[in-house]
Amino acid sequence: MAASTTEASTTEAAPEQNLTDAIRVAVPAQSLRHDMRAVSIVWRRELIRFKSDRLRAVTALVQPVLFLFVLGTGLSRLAGHGLPPGVDYKTFIYPGVLAMSVLFTAIFSAASIVWDREFGFLREMLVAPVHRWAIVVGKCLGGATVATFQGIVFLALAGVANVPYNPLLMLTLVGELLLLSFTLTAFGVMMAARIKQIQAFMALTQMLLMPMFFLSGALYPLSGLPTWLTVLTRIDPLTYIVSPIRHAVLSHLNLSPLAMRTVSPAITWDGWAVPLGLSIGMVAVMGAVLLGVAIAEFRKTE
Amino acid sequence: MTAIPPAISVSAISVSALTKKYGEIEAVRGIDFEVAAGETFGFLGPNGAGKSTTIKILCTLADPTTGSARVAGHDVVTERDTVRRNIGLVFQDTTLDTYLTGEQNLRFHADLYGVPKQAFAPRLKQVLEMVALWDRKDSVVATYSGGMKRRLEIARGLLHAPRVLFLDEPTVGLDPQTRVSIWEYINDLKQREDITIFLTTHYMDEAENCDRIAIIDHGKIVAIDTPEALKASIGEDRVQISTADDPAAIRELRERFGIEAAVREGLVTFSVASGEQFVPRLFAELPDTVRIRSVSVARPSLDDVFMSYTGKTIRDAEATIGDRNRMLATRFGRR
Repeated sequence: MAASTTEASTTEAAPEQNLTDAIRVAVPAQSLRHDMRAVSIVWRRELIRFKSDRLRAVTALVQPVLFLFVLGTGLSRLAGHGLPPGVDYKTFIYPGVLAMSVLFTAIFSAASIVWDREFGFLREMLVAPVHRWAIVVGKCLGGATVATFQGIVFLALAGVANVPYNPLLMLTLVGELLLLSFTLTAFGVMMAARIKQIQAFMALTQMLLMPMFFLSGALYPLSGLPTWLTVLTRIDPLTYIVSPIRHAVLSHLNLSPLAMRTVSPAITWDGWAVPLGLSIGMVAVMGAVLLGVAIAEFRKTE
Repeated sequence: MTAIPPAISVSAISVSALTKKYGEIEAVRGIDFEVAAGETFGFLGPNGAGKSTTIKILCTLADPTTGSARVAGHDVVTERDTVRRNIGLVFQDTTLDTYLTGEQNLRFHADLYGVPKQAFAPRLKQVLEMVALWDRKDSVVATYSGGMKRRLEIARGLLHAPRVLFLDEPTVGLDPQTRVSIWEYINDLKQREDITIFLTTHYMDEAENCDRIAIIDHGKIVAIDTPEALKASIGEDRVQISTADDPAAIRELRERFGIEAAVREGLVTFSVASGEQFVPRLFAELPDTVRIRSVSVARPSLDDVFMSYTGKTIRDAEATIGDRNRMLATRFGRR
């Protein structure tokens, strides 16, 4: 490649390419297809990074495994009396711990934005001639995918908690995990738009995640609680996804309607039972709203 | 290179009456300049002079308060995305994903800038070969040296064939050898691609590589011309001699030539209009009591130009070494 008789200017629509010359790259005008391509590459980058970071995948598994095996086994003798026959405490907390397994991965994915800002890569994305929404959507989809993967790994342990490997159940759970992961990542990305230091971001999300987990009814049924705790559990958004996940798991165990009501009571608002569909719908709407806010936030920066 | 096609003689960059205020502070106070297509244009100034603000406006990362700027024929405010598609950016700080390989970083860029899929592979090879990173394309960027990262960024900035390439301090933080090699790549790039380069630098010796330079100070352009013309504009050569008896030499210089000299850096130093013609006279006319041991003549450097326009030196050990080398090269008798 020696010759260098480059003729200028008329780059517009000249598709003929002379490889010995500077290769003519006519960057097209902005279009939806172009934006979708940006979504796709931002999404793929999350996957590549997740694949190359096996340590993260392993460490993210530690906490749910501890909860399921150590806490689940340790407390099962105590909690066993309150549970109907055939339902192990491990089985009871499995849905909540499953939700937990995606919690941290989803938030970590969003944290990578703060990371990217610190290492400058965010700038590479923000100066590109694409709409900001494409970057944010790509990021949220990436985080959701990666976190769901993490959930699927934990799903493989279902048998240990006496949860059957029913294909329909597995499919339902993956769908619910995807929804949860997306909403959480959107929440994280929205926070990442504002919080510029990784330490602050981590501290703040940790501070939010643990109470969310404890209040979600992951470890205990949501009925018959003192009023103050009832109110707090109803405010916790995580409650509205843990409940449908638990319902899906337990309904595959052939329990009597009475037993079902004991271990998987409906979420009630002042006595009114919230339908599962509404519960899931609320999480979906929340995800969409958080995504919208995140996009608006990123439109503002710089 | 000299034959820049006049077909569409639109300036690559055109700035008029540009100002930028941050609250009370006026970072840029009304600047005008044009950069012709194909030119390598250096933008110099002390820290806080308005350099980075200007480059930010030209790259569409900040909006001007008043005035306007056009890059590659498009307005930076109203045609922001068009401008972005036509420029390549290499920032001071790296903006690479160090977890990805070199190729993955470039693929990411290609997708964000919508580089046509069939053009990507050949173009990738071309830009990576240009910066000699083709054989490292599959290595994770974290394993690259500082110079390699910078080269990869230059390659990435070129990937979408921009008309104007912005290099903000392209060699800052690199060791001298790497800096030289980066400049080899940049000069090579000028030969190969039809591109306008707009760069800022702290290193005066690097500014010599530019076709024209502008010096900005306190938000205004104080000088704009070719490096040669700027150096000529401040005139005199600097002569330094080492003698057996310095006080006597200074006295003789004053009495016989009417030149005020002083001891600087341990050498008798003075300025004259044409150093190499003056030195033989010096040898002929100085009495034997003042024996000259060594002589050096230095042309005014861009450092001197910078100093004379801004009243500041760009404090930089590298530049000082550069000057000394140049002085050695112009030693009397070796020219």
